[in-house]
Amino acid sequence: MIKVENLSKSYPTSRGGWRRVLHDINMEVRKGEKVGIIGLNGSGKSTLIRLIGGAEIPSRGTVTRTMSVSWPLAFMGAFQPSLTGLDNLRFICRVYGVDYKKSIPFVEEFSELGRYLREPVKKYSSGMIARLAFALSMAQEFDCFLIDEIIAVGDARFHGRCIVELFGKRSDRAMIMVSHNDHFLRSHCDRICVLVAGRMYDFDNPEDAFAFHAESVNSAETRLL
Amino acid sequence: MNNGEKSEENGAEVRKSSPLRSAVINFRVVGAILMREVITRYGRNNFGVLWVVGTPLIFTVGVTILWNVYGRHGGHTGITITAFAWTGYSTVMIWRNATAHCGKAVEPNAGLLFHRNVKVVDLIYARSMMEIAGATGSTIVVGLVLMGSELIVPPKDVLMMLFGWMLLMWYGFAMGIVVGAMTERFDWFERLYHPAMYFYLGISGCFFMVVWLPTYLQRWAVWVPTVTVTEMLRHGYFGNIVVTYERPGYLCVYNLVTTFIGLLLCKETQYRIGHE
Repeated sequence: MIKVENLSKSYPTSRGGWRRVLHDINMEVRKGEKVGIIGLNGSGKSTLIRLIGGAEIPSRGTVTRTMSVSWPLAFMGAFQPSLTGLDNLRFICRVYGVDYKKSIPFVEEFSELGRYLREPVKKYSSGMIARLAFALSMAQEFDCFLIDEIIAVGDARFHGRCIVELFGKRSDRAMIMVSHNDHFLRSHCDRICVLVAGRMYDFDNPEDAFAFHAESVNSAETRLL
Repeated sequence: MNNGEKSEENGAEVRKSSPLRSAVINFRVVGAILMREVITRYGRNNFGVLWVVGTPLIFTVGVTILWNVYGRHGGHTGITITAFAWTGYSTVMIWRNATAHCGKAVEPNAGLLFHRNVKVVDLIYARSMMEIAGATGSTIVVGLVLMGSELIVPPKDVLMMLFGWMLLMWYGFAMGIVVGAMTERFDWFERLYHPAMYFYLGISGCFFMVVWLPTYLQRWAVWVPTVTVTEMLRHGYFGNIVVTYERPGYLCVYNLVTTFIGLLLCKETQYRIGHE
């Protein structure tokens, strides 16, 4: 289970003040549960994902993890351009204490990079980087996957294979998904949380969540006018 | 439930378990970053790693030759220029490389912090360990080469030198943590730090022995942390024919305090990480 209690996060601004990005968030994710998070840009979705994943420390409140939690799925920012795909795999395996040699076949098969797996990442196209990133995420097993916009890059075939790998083969795992794609969330989530300006609104019925979100967008636009 | 130790089914561990367990994870993470840094810096081919020792080696040899040419030497009996250079310049490499490469160690690797077990301190540890290991390796190699070719005689007291060297490694490590965190926290720190390091070279003990200084300077010189190191190295190397003024106790306290401050700064930096 993942338990988020009274979680707040503020960031220092260059002018010396602090900007609060998340206000007093409470949520619980049980084993196998699929939770979607929606909200406008800047509402704090990715920050929340990073805090749940433990990449950042809360300003207040706690995140308790009694199951293993992945890093944000297919995250590409950690690649060192001069390292090869296999070097990056070896690094991640070392960090997570997983057998590197055993992971190679899967990564070779899924990434379809062929001999490029032994070339520096700087020679990759963006599609290749996406495939490598996803393959590396799948090479470690977690109880809960954090997914921040899974379908940002890649072609339809790659998406299809990601979906199979994640929702087919790993359907028993918990997942926390951030997406702007309502259709994607509708078909994969048990419940949806809405973030509005750093505050969380919880809905058991996904349709209520989408309706609330649409309403909050409208009222935001009205305010702008 | 065994909170956080391990999930019931799937392998990947969570930090924050028993101290021993997290020490193991910590060690593994630093090792992984270290290997990554070595490959990134020196390339993939097998002999690339030799540069960890090779670059400092060339430095020491070059400086030794220069000093011999210039005859930078006060005519002190029993002290050869080559031995003096070896015991002096090798110390510079430790503190200069460890601190210089820890500066801005975090920013280019910030993406790695997305892996929960990778902390700011791990990035800095990996950098300083790589530099300290490289400089130590090259010092040993240069020393063996010089002794093998009979340019210098073997040291009188190796233990004394080892003790001094350990204090030096600790010093480099502690200063590395401070500089690593400070450069991350304040942009101006790097601009200040480089000139400061250059001036420090002059007072570091590399170029002088305390006994050569006028009395009013001796009083101050013994408070310079690395002077204790160079005095100990020369005490150990030349034996009792030289008079030295080391203060190992003072350096221990200095290192302890610096390490503590460095770790606090890292903790603070960890807290501010975010918003890539």
